[in-house]
Amino acid sequence: MIPWRDIGVPLAVFVATLALWEGLVRWKNIPPYILPAPSAILDKLIEDRDLLFSSLLVTLGVTFEAFVIAAVCGVALALLIAQSRWLERALLPFAIVLQVTPIIAIAPLLLVYMQPGNAVLVCAFLVAFFPILSNTSLGLASVDFGLRDLFDLYHASPWQKLIYLRLPSALPQFLTGLRIGGGLALVGAIVAELAAGASGQGTGLAYRIVEAGFRLDIPRMFAALALISLSGLAIYGALAALSHVLLRGWHESARAQDE
Amino acid sequence: MTAFDLADAQRTTPALVSLRAVGKTFPNGLVALADYDLDVREGETLTLLGPSGCGKSTVLRLISGLASPTAGSIDWSAPDIKNNIGFVFQDATLLPWANVFNNVFLPLRLGGLSRQDAAPDVNEALAHVGLADFARTLPRELSGGMRMRCAIARALVTRPALIMMDEPFAALDEVTRFKLNDDLLVLKRRLGATIVFVTHSVFEAAYLSTRIVVMSRRGGRIIDDIRIDPAIARDDDYRSSKSFADICRRASQALRISIEEATQ
Repeated sequence: MIPWRDIGVPLAVFVATLALWEGLVRWKNIPPYILPAPSAILDKLIEDRDLLFSSLLVTLGVTFEAFVIAAVCGVALALLIAQSRWLERALLPFAIVLQVTPIIAIAPLLLVYMQPGNAVLVCAFLVAFFPILSNTSLGLASVDFGLRDLFDLYHASPWQKLIYLRLPSALPQFLTGLRIGGGLALVGAIVAELAAGASGQGTGLAYRIVEAGFRLDIPRMFAALALISLSGLAIYGALAALSHVLLRGWHESARAQDE
Repeated sequence: MTAFDLADAQRTTPALVSLRAVGKTFPNGLVALADYDLDVREGETLTLLGPSGCGKSTVLRLISGLASPTAGSIDWSAPDIKNNIGFVFQDATLLPWANVFNNVFLPLRLGGLSRQDAAPDVNEALAHVGLADFARTLPRELSGGMRMRCAIARALVTRPALIMMDEPFAALDEVTRFKLNDDLLVLKRRLGATIVFVTHSVFEAAYLSTRIVVMSRRGGRIIDDIRIDPAIARDDDYRSSKSFADICRRASQALRISIEEATQ
């Protein structure tokens, strides 16, 4: 499926980087509160596993919840917008305002009005929502003209056009939106957790980073960071795989990877 | 049958659809057709020949209801013919995510038929075009010629009395094109539908048609209306016959007038 060189080359570079890092720390005798060696981070990960993994579950839970809500709302709003130009004019500017305002600036405000858990959820939702909405809208709007004629020729109802033509046409763009939104949901959750952590509240992984920072427990900060990176990779990988399975055989983007 | 008798016989065949003083002006002011008259008679293979942009495709779109005329009228001998028209587009225009069966099933599905009820008709249409063994294949896995066969099967599956074909074979190589021309003639004999065909190719027009209408670049004025005896067998002998050459010459002359008019 995925050729060996696509896994092997980056993996080799990654391992080499870790080895270099490890060697440098040992050779220069860098103290762990400045830069911990990869082995020290791994030790910390194992030592603090209960704390870190329970925090990871909190963060992932919120990310997933926000992502699902964003996907449902994004598609629903895209469908609404596709029905009428007026709705598009009325609603799209608000979605864009939310998108262009940096989430890090919105998060503290949300924390004023909401419980930290809810604020994290809303932050993650806000950043994941727009890419799903805009990509799905684009997909719904870019139906092949010939196919549109074909459906008109057979007097297809608006409902039939939606089910048999527009939704399948929009699938590749929708999946692109999901891939971007999935990664961003994690970013949104982490940003809100950092903001919440600054005020001493929270249980998520980013809160552990803030907390460990206060205690100058640098290895734990790295350990939490590594878990966040791995989570991001896992989310991206899962959504890319979903996209590949759904588009295999008919869409250019999935075929290009096969060849 | 002499040319005169032939014309006479064709004139007495009832018109399936008549375009009367039809005009089509696009919102940007472009006049595609002006004061255009055309009778499509039952059973004929009528080819519209003309340079790019002469309104050939517009005629197909007007007849099939995909566009509305801005002037004149389109009269039907029976209203139910109008609601069941086959259309083969220039590109095969298949649903890329659906296999061959589902692509051919589409018109029946849109008409409210279940897969089970439609299956015999879909399979028959696939057999007509030689795709019976490819029902589960996705369009991407088919050659250009096979994709076009699939599009033809889809146009046939509702058993239309009238089929529009908009340069269906233009993108294919010559060998495939010849093969599909012959297959189309066989299908035509078997199913008896009336065909309105658009092409750039004089040879294709002369080979397939029982009537060639050459249109001018401006407003689609009819420059020549050439009738070909439907009784002539369409085979390799016909391709090398004098009557074929005569028809090609006459069509080419008309086409030249049309193109010269366009460049003036």
